[in-house]
Amino acid sequence: MNKYFQDEKIRAQIFQFLTLFMILGIFGYLFHNTQTNLEKQNIATGFGFLKFEAGFDIGESMIEYWSDDTYKKAIFVGVLNTLKVAIIGNFLAVFFGVLIGLSHLSQNWLLRKISKFYIETIRNIPLLLQLFFWYAVFTENLPGVKEAMELLPNIFLNNRGLYFPIPVDTKSFSFIFIALVISIIGFFFLEKVRVKKEILEGKSFSFFEKLNYLIFLLPVLTWFILGSPSEINYPSLSGFNFSGGYRFSPEFSALVLGLVIYTSAFNAEITRAGISSIDKGQWEAASALGISKSDSLKIIILPQALRVMLPPLTSQILNLTKNSSLAVAIGYPDFVSITNTTMNQTGQAIECVFIIMVIYLSLSILTSFVMNQFAKRFQIVER
Amino acid sequence: MNWFIYEFPKWLKKNLFNTPVNSVVSLFIISLGLKASMYILDWTFLSAVFTGDASTCRESTGFCYPFIKEKFPFIIYGFYPRELIWRPTLAMILLLSSFFYVKEPKRWNKYSLWILSSGFFLFFFLMRGGLFLEVVTNDKWGGLPLTLMLSSIGIIFSYPFGIMLALARRGNLKILKTLSITYIEMIRGVPLISILFMSSVMFPLFLPEGITIDKLLRAQVAIILFVSAYMAEVIRGGLESIDKGQYEASNSLGLSYFQTMRFIIIPQAIRVVIPPTVNTAIGMFKDTSLVLIIALFDLLNTTKSSLKDSDWLGFSVEAYVFVAIIYYVFCYAMSKYANRLEEEFGIKSR
Repeated sequence: MNKYFQDEKIRAQIFQFLTLFMILGIFGYLFHNTQTNLEKQNIATGFGFLKFEAGFDIGESMIEYWSDDTYKKAIFVGVLNTLKVAIIGNFLAVFFGVLIGLSHLSQNWLLRKISKFYIETIRNIPLLLQLFFWYAVFTENLPGVKEAMELLPNIFLNNRGLYFPIPVDTKSFSFIFIALVISIIGFFFLEKVRVKKEILEGKSFSFFEKLNYLIFLLPVLTWFILGSPSEINYPSLSGFNFSGGYRFSPEFSALVLGLVIYTSAFNAEITRAGISSIDKGQWEAASALGISKSDSLKIIILPQALRVMLPPLTSQILNLTKNSSLAVAIGYPDFVSITNTTMNQTGQAIECVFIIMVIYLSLSILTSFVMNQFAKRFQIVER
Repeated sequence: MNWFIYEFPKWLKKNLFNTPVNSVVSLFIISLGLKASMYILDWTFLSAVFTGDASTCRESTGFCYPFIKEKFPFIIYGFYPRELIWRPTLAMILLLSSFFYVKEPKRWNKYSLWILSSGFFLFFFLMRGGLFLEVVTNDKWGGLPLTLMLSSIGIIFSYPFGIMLALARRGNLKILKTLSITYIEMIRGVPLISILFMSSVMFPLFLPEGITIDKLLRAQVAIILFVSAYMAEVIRGGLESIDKGQYEASNSLGLSYFQTMRFIIIPQAIRVVIPPTVNTAIGMFKDTSLVLIIALFDLLNTTKSSLKDSDWLGFSVEAYVFVAIIYYVFCYAMSKYANRLEEEFGIKSR
């Protein structure tokens, strides 16, 4: 017997099983307690409650929703709202983050100092506080409906939200949008083919370079085929409120604004660190070859820096998505907020927490997958 | 003076006006900056109200200092009895000075742990009372002391859990490894809010009948569970930075796994991970503000509640700017500390 305790491997296994039993024991105990408590409160376990009538209204929804719809639909509305914030927010946060990160490295002393000030201030103030601040600015300090600010022609801002024009014929415009996305993807594909051909044959196909832009005729063509709809729905003041156009509610606007400002400070720092990690020799070599500064940034530095930047950028994208759950504090009906309402109404705490975990975990896996695909393009090709 | 005439124009030319584009950008920023600083000067000083009440503030467009003065005790101390305010004040001073003493790397020895624990002990003693002091139950705690408590206890208690999780994740024991990876990735995949919700509705279900734990402790446990997962990843980074030769050397000296970890690996790894730990602490300090969602009166929630006073409606910008400065001071100090440590350790390791 004593012999076995001398063997480190066996000892480790014994230790492992003891820990496992302890954890299982704790879980079993908690599970038992939960069972008895749930029985006492007459709560049935399982996901049956999803089919019941939700009975609460949701402030804003991208699909049609009434309070007599099911919990399942309510949660789906929440997921769509979360995705809306996450997608718009992440695009803006990455865009501004890279821009601010680049200006942190600019030659201009003032630009550098301002970017540094922005990054250091924003990163040191809690996001929730910033969200409250922007929400207060939106609801208390912005002018009322009658005195709405016109930021750009036909884009209005007042304490009821942000109004902007949208085309009347949304259906055909969504087709045009899809065509535009296809042509952008197609353009990059054609460019890749051209560059590959250039490398293979050692000739330059500058004619094709211009020809490839022709793919952008696709959305224009779609527009003509669909009967060239040009009517646009402008927001305008009628009576006590704006009608027409599309409205971003103050909750949504404050949430996106706060998230973008906060996350872009982190993205800027990632960009700065990524670009400074590139050896100075790369810049010098590029300038020795006669490549201009902006061109060398575009074709030499950024592709290399992206390799360093992508993993932390992915985690910031996930952070923004997770942080969008702070919406509950300013009353935007995101997925966590709706699930929380469901939890309070039905008492199905375990199931609701399970739903939250599953949805967020699938969002993170999806994001990591997309970013990994993107990262593959910039990997070092070992020879 | 000489410098101003000869060098300053050169500096300007080099840093602000070296290319036409940069000159335009500089002029644009200068004009914008002038406008912004005029506005800020006007808002905080020229048209600000220094004495008076809500009605005098409403007449002016500037910063309302009387509001801050009126609400200061509530924002900082929450519902703590007004006549006992010296206790949380002293408690915070003691706790912060114990941190301040311990933060120097040259004082990191076994006594520093004693100083930290006595700091915490005095903090809780002063906050709660007992013996010859009047007892103040923790539903009255709030404001800055609560925020400090939630974040510092969260960080310190998550350390041992983080070390255990990190060791399990890097070890060869398959089952423990799987458990640790599941835990870390699951917690890191969901927002803190959902864990706080879980703590407020699920913890009561877990406990046997008749036993309840109060709201503050539930939130504190949720925070510790949450930070442990992040801390585990930080510590794993530190463990991975230790050279493989260290493990091999201690193995060949005949040290057991626990001895290797206790005397060789962890002391070295901790040094590497202290700067990123401070960064986690900054995140933690900011994230404690989320407890307002489960109705605890931390610094942000007291600020938010102070805005509900019907005599002082409409000064939210003042309140939020004031409390943002408090958060900023703490986070900035911590980030400077992390930078300094990184530099010091960086030089030593070369």
